[in-house]
Amino acid sequence: MVGAVGLLRPHSVALVRRVLFPLGALIGVALAIVAALSLTEPVEQATLHIGLPDLPMHVRLDNLSRVFLALLGSASAGVSLFAAGYFRKGEGTAPGVLGLQYHLFLASMGFVLVADDAYAFMVAWETMALTSYFLVTAQHGIPEIRSAGFLYLLMAHVGAIAILLSFGILQGGTWLFSFDAMRASTLSTPWATAAFLLALFGFGAKAGLLPLHVWLPEAHPAAPSPVSALMSGVMLKTAIYGVLRVTFDLIGDPLWWWGLIPLGLGLATAIFGVVFAAVQTDMKRLLAYSSVENIGVLFTGIGLAIVFHGVGMTELAALALIAVLYHSLNHAFMKSLLFLGTGAVLHATGERNLGRLGGLIHRMPWAAWLTLVGVLAIAGLPPLNGFVSEWLLLQTFLFSHEVPQPFVNMLLPLGAAIVALAAALAGYVMVKFFGIVFLGQPRESSLAAAHDVGGFEKAGLVWLAIGCVLLGLLPRQVIHSLAAATEQLTGAAPNLAGQSWWLLAPLTERDVSYAPLVLLAVIVAVVVATFLIVRVVYRRPVRLAAPWDCGCGRLDPRMQDTAEGFGQPIRHIFVSFFAMERDLPSPHDLAPRYRVKVSDRLWQGAYLPIADLLQRAANSVAWLQQGRISVYLTYSFITLVVLLAVML
Amino acid sequence: MQHTPFDLQLLNACAAILLLLSFAMLAQRRIVALVNLLALQGAMLFIATMLLAWRTGQNHLYVSAALTLGLKVIALPWLLHVLIKRLNVQWDSEPLLNVPGTMLIGLVTVVFSFGLAQPIAELASTATRNSLGIAVAVILLAFITMITRRKAMSQVVGFLSMENGLFFGAMSATYGMPMIVEFGVALDVLVAMLVLGVFFFQIREQFDSLDLHNLESLKEDQ
Repeated sequence: MVGAVGLLRPHSVALVRRVLFPLGALIGVALAIVAALSLTEPVEQATLHIGLPDLPMHVRLDNLSRVFLALLGSASAGVSLFAAGYFRKGEGTAPGVLGLQYHLFLASMGFVLVADDAYAFMVAWETMALTSYFLVTAQHGIPEIRSAGFLYLLMAHVGAIAILLSFGILQGGTWLFSFDAMRASTLSTPWATAAFLLALFGFGAKAGLLPLHVWLPEAHPAAPSPVSALMSGVMLKTAIYGVLRVTFDLIGDPLWWWGLIPLGLGLATAIFGVVFAAVQTDMKRLLAYSSVENIGVLFTGIGLAIVFHGVGMTELAALALIAVLYHSLNHAFMKSLLFLGTGAVLHATGERNLGRLGGLIHRMPWAAWLTLVGVLAIAGLPPLNGFVSEWLLLQTFLFSHEVPQPFVNMLLPLGAAIVALAAALAGYVMVKFFGIVFLGQPRESSLAAAHDVGGFEKAGLVWLAIGCVLLGLLPRQVIHSLAAATEQLTGAAPNLAGQSWWLLAPLTERDVSYAPLVLLAVIVAVVVATFLIVRVVYRRPVRLAAPWDCGCGRLDPRMQDTAEGFGQPIRHIFVSFFAMERDLPSPHDLAPRYRVKVSDRLWQGAYLPIADLLQRAANSVAWLQQGRISVYLTYSFITLVVLLAVML
Repeated sequence: MQHTPFDLQLLNACAAILLLLSFAMLAQRRIVALVNLLALQGAMLFIATMLLAWRTGQNHLYVSAALTLGLKVIALPWLLHVLIKRLNVQWDSEPLLNVPGTMLIGLVTVVFSFGLAQPIAELASTATRNSLGIAVAVILLAFITMITRRKAMSQVVGFLSMENGLFFGAMSATYGMPMIVEFGVALDVLVAMLVLGVFFFQIREQFDSLDLHNLESLKEDQ
């Protein structure tokens, strides 16, 4: 199944992509359907005799894998369709090579999800990191892209080392690295904690958890849009998968207080991401920070699930996990949709800077309206999908006061407030994103030449938009499928039996419930009724007049709210988050230029000192390189003598 | 005291002379003399191999001996002499360490080698096992020769002397390596010599001298 994707061998002929990418999309759809249909079936295991001799790779297909495979297949199908129309000749890497990397990337993600021993997992994980590195640096002629790629590769490898160490602890002295052996081995508390923390660090680096998020806003703008979509929509989810796999499956019974760490980090990440998203002026950086926010929300959910599971409230743990899985699925769809939307804009205009876009809804109606679906979904508006998962998470939070631990049960509900704040700010960010790119008037005259998306691109966007809508309208069916995975992980599943099919009531119908179809019907009814009242009952002719220009005499596009202007309140309220450099022009300047540079405090605070330290350490080793042959020969001589003396 | 047969005594004498020559090379600063010492070392090796072949009746050792004679006593020294004449480098510059200091280090090395070879020699069943320490010492002394020289030519001589030590070591521990390996090594040495000869001309063209000191400028600056 997965191998079929990897077997695609694109030739370096540009036309092949017209066949290969749609084929990849088809395989994706097939993968999703097969994975989704097999959700309740028993676990399947197999041993592949590939790779090194005497080191077979184990694969295993359980419900957790199936959920994420369904996510991978369905989301990547849309992205592949879009990519079929997107990649063109003459932009960095040749399309054929890009196609190979792209499909290898997909295949390695699939293999990560089914791997059942540490060896296979790490091989797939590294393949994923490397192929995505090459995809990020597709336009390697540009120095910024190369440095973004380097940062990404660095973080990926630091994370991979942590994961490797975590597996090293998990084998628990048996030196068997299959996941089965890890499940069977029992660890003492300190070792299990160390394994959990290492896994959290490693997968957090891949996902973009707070102190390790720096590569995201660099790598995503650098990558071609379908690649950003895949990385943000799907690859980040493999990290979520990894955390769930290690915590709930391999370690088995997490302690409750472990959950506080991802919970706290997740909340901080969510707020941090959304606040930074609000002040960005590059649309892909904005979306990248929005991904950071969503990863924060996901880790918050994971933390809650661990806390609930640790204190024995498995029902609520299952609910929190459902929120996590659901939000992963949602985010895969909506963030892919948005990244592809920016890709369409980027191709049509050649601009990523929000300050040079605007009014594109007239030029690119398809891209604009389909992006609007994604924007509404990610802003968490019902009846779309983003609402359902965030609502579920908040519901779970509201039960956290029942945790039988003092202080914790008082502080946890506060997290709900932070999640709500992040969700509200996400709405703000999305208004900024959509409003400035698509609404208003074009800020540059060149935008008049913008063209709408082509057939393949349209199909990809439509696929993802339909996914967003369906996931929002049919939550009960989705949760029913996800419950198979939570049952495997926590031994409990939300009890949905006996409830009406159109209603979603995660705990009891008496408490809270959500009926998206009814809500949709009400929304439609209200809209239609308003329309009818205005048109039929009110019945006055519409008066058209020029908008009031405050007596200025003319209105031009430069008078519109800018991206900087829209984000300014956030920049003021959350001023302590940013490291800001600002040049304010003097009032007497005839050609005033306003410049503001907002950067991340963590760069100065954490990353640069570490980099500095490493540089100095490296320099102190460099004196070994004297450039004199006799010195090098002395090294060899000493090594030889020492080895001889030690070995004999 | 056990009486040692005459031929074995002769063999041990050869080994001792080999070690002596190594020390001579360590002290010698004239390149022409260095090459002569190398040829002499090769000759000693030839005699030792012949003796061993005659004593043990292993026919392939005769071939080895012939190879040693042809390559190490005649061909390589001749090649080196030609190179020295063409490159006009009869003298090495001042060595990096003065001669007495080098000698002291050499002495320590020899003691170390004998200490090292003792446990191995007890495992070996060959008649020549006592000379294993000498073989290791010759290798390490050649290494020190390479370390303390500045001219590329003396480094090559040190390298070849190291090969002599290896050959002697193999011979005394196991009566020589398999024929195919010996042929391979011989060919390697010849090829290395030729390649290095080409390098000499390149280095001199680049820096107008064969002093390795000049290569330091190739180091990457920080």
